[in-house]
Amino acid sequence: MRLEVLGTGCAKCKTLYENTQKALAISGTEAELVKVEDIATIMKYGVMSTPALVKDGTVLFSGRLATAEEIAGMLR
Amino acid sequence: MLSFFKYAADWLIYGQLGFDPASRLGQAINFFVEDTAKIFFLLIVMIYLIALVRISLPVERVRGYLAGKHRLVGYFLGSVFGAITPFCSCSSIPVFLGFISAGIPVGMTMAFLLTSPLINEIAVVLLLSLVGWKITLLYVLIGLSVGIVGGLFLDAIKAERLLQGFARKVYEQGQHAQIEAGEKKRVTLQDRHVFAKRELTEVFGRIWIWVIIGVGLGAALHGFMPDNWFEAHLGAGQWWSVPVATLIGIPLYSNATAVIPVMESLIVKGLPLGTTLAFCMSTVAASFPEFVMLKQVMQWRLLVIVFLMLLIAFTIVGWVLNALY
Repeated sequence: MRLEVLGTGCAKCKTLYENTQKALAISGTEAELVKVEDIATIMKYGVMSTPALVKDGTVLFSGRLATAEEIAGMLR
Repeated sequence: MLSFFKYAADWLIYGQLGFDPASRLGQAINFFVEDTAKIFFLLIVMIYLIALVRISLPVERVRGYLAGKHRLVGYFLGSVFGAITPFCSCSSIPVFLGFISAGIPVGMTMAFLLTSPLINEIAVVLLLSLVGWKITLLYVLIGLSVGIVGGLFLDAIKAERLLQGFARKVYEQGQHAQIEAGEKKRVTLQDRHVFAKRELTEVFGRIWIWVIIGVGLGAALHGFMPDNWFEAHLGAGQWWSVPVATLIGIPLYSNATAVIPVMESLIVKGLPLGTTLAFCMSTVAASFPEFVMLKQVMQWRLLVIVFLMLLIAFTIVGWVLNALY
């Protein structure tokens, strides 16, 4: 599984990255986690409000934060 | 209903704690307690209620509404949507590119981006509770007008020529784009509540300290600065006081929440309404970090034009209001 956190580097985006890390730990899932700050890549996903979380090329949600538990639930 | 806070503060400070209502210290403390309680109450209620509604209006849908609209309607709608859909300032760039990639003109996009910080629920709540609904309404109408006129101006000078190379390409391709309005998702009451609660904790956690600082400063001014100090020292009609106020507002961007409570005291102390509003708007809307971020999609020339346009607009607003009131 490949997870991408989309965000141009604001505080919320960093929090989402950390929460996603925690979510991986909670659910015990193995995944590649990257942070995408390049605007062209973000646009490719059609995301206009950051932060957003992408799983294997599909946008899970955008424009908001999510708790580690919530993300863990989505990864299962 | 809001006079409840005045009675409560009077009861607590003058009645129970025994401060003298005629003393400066007593007045300052009373002002502080009344305003902080009132603002916190209103902020909690308003942020929650607005978030309940806003979950149904993500930027993706706003874009759908705006794409292909007639220009004149578009500037107006762009401003209005900007007022009711706040977004994290770090989303400015994706929103900008997302809009122009849907063929929405640069001016219309900027109308959205300019009104969004200018009119938001926090500024409106603060204004409502501190300076009353008339000035709040005036502020909102001026904010919308600045967005609309600014958007018209940017398209009149063909601002798209001054975009960065890749953004221009996005814009040109966007001219033929077919964008469907974002699909409507069913949102349950439970979803709304969860979203609103999260918004409330997030926003309130970020701004409460600024409310206290701002109201504290306002209270200090209120209690210890003689009434009509500004009229005595600046003279009400100094034309240069408006551009100076606008300039002073620029570096204060991050503390808009702290600036509005101070504003109320400034008006009481005789600072003319137009000067005060010009100061307030430039504090809220002309923020350097935001502009530096827009550098990714705009050339310096366009950035300078937008920045000057805002400063000139606020100055004119200030002059006109000073002349009228």
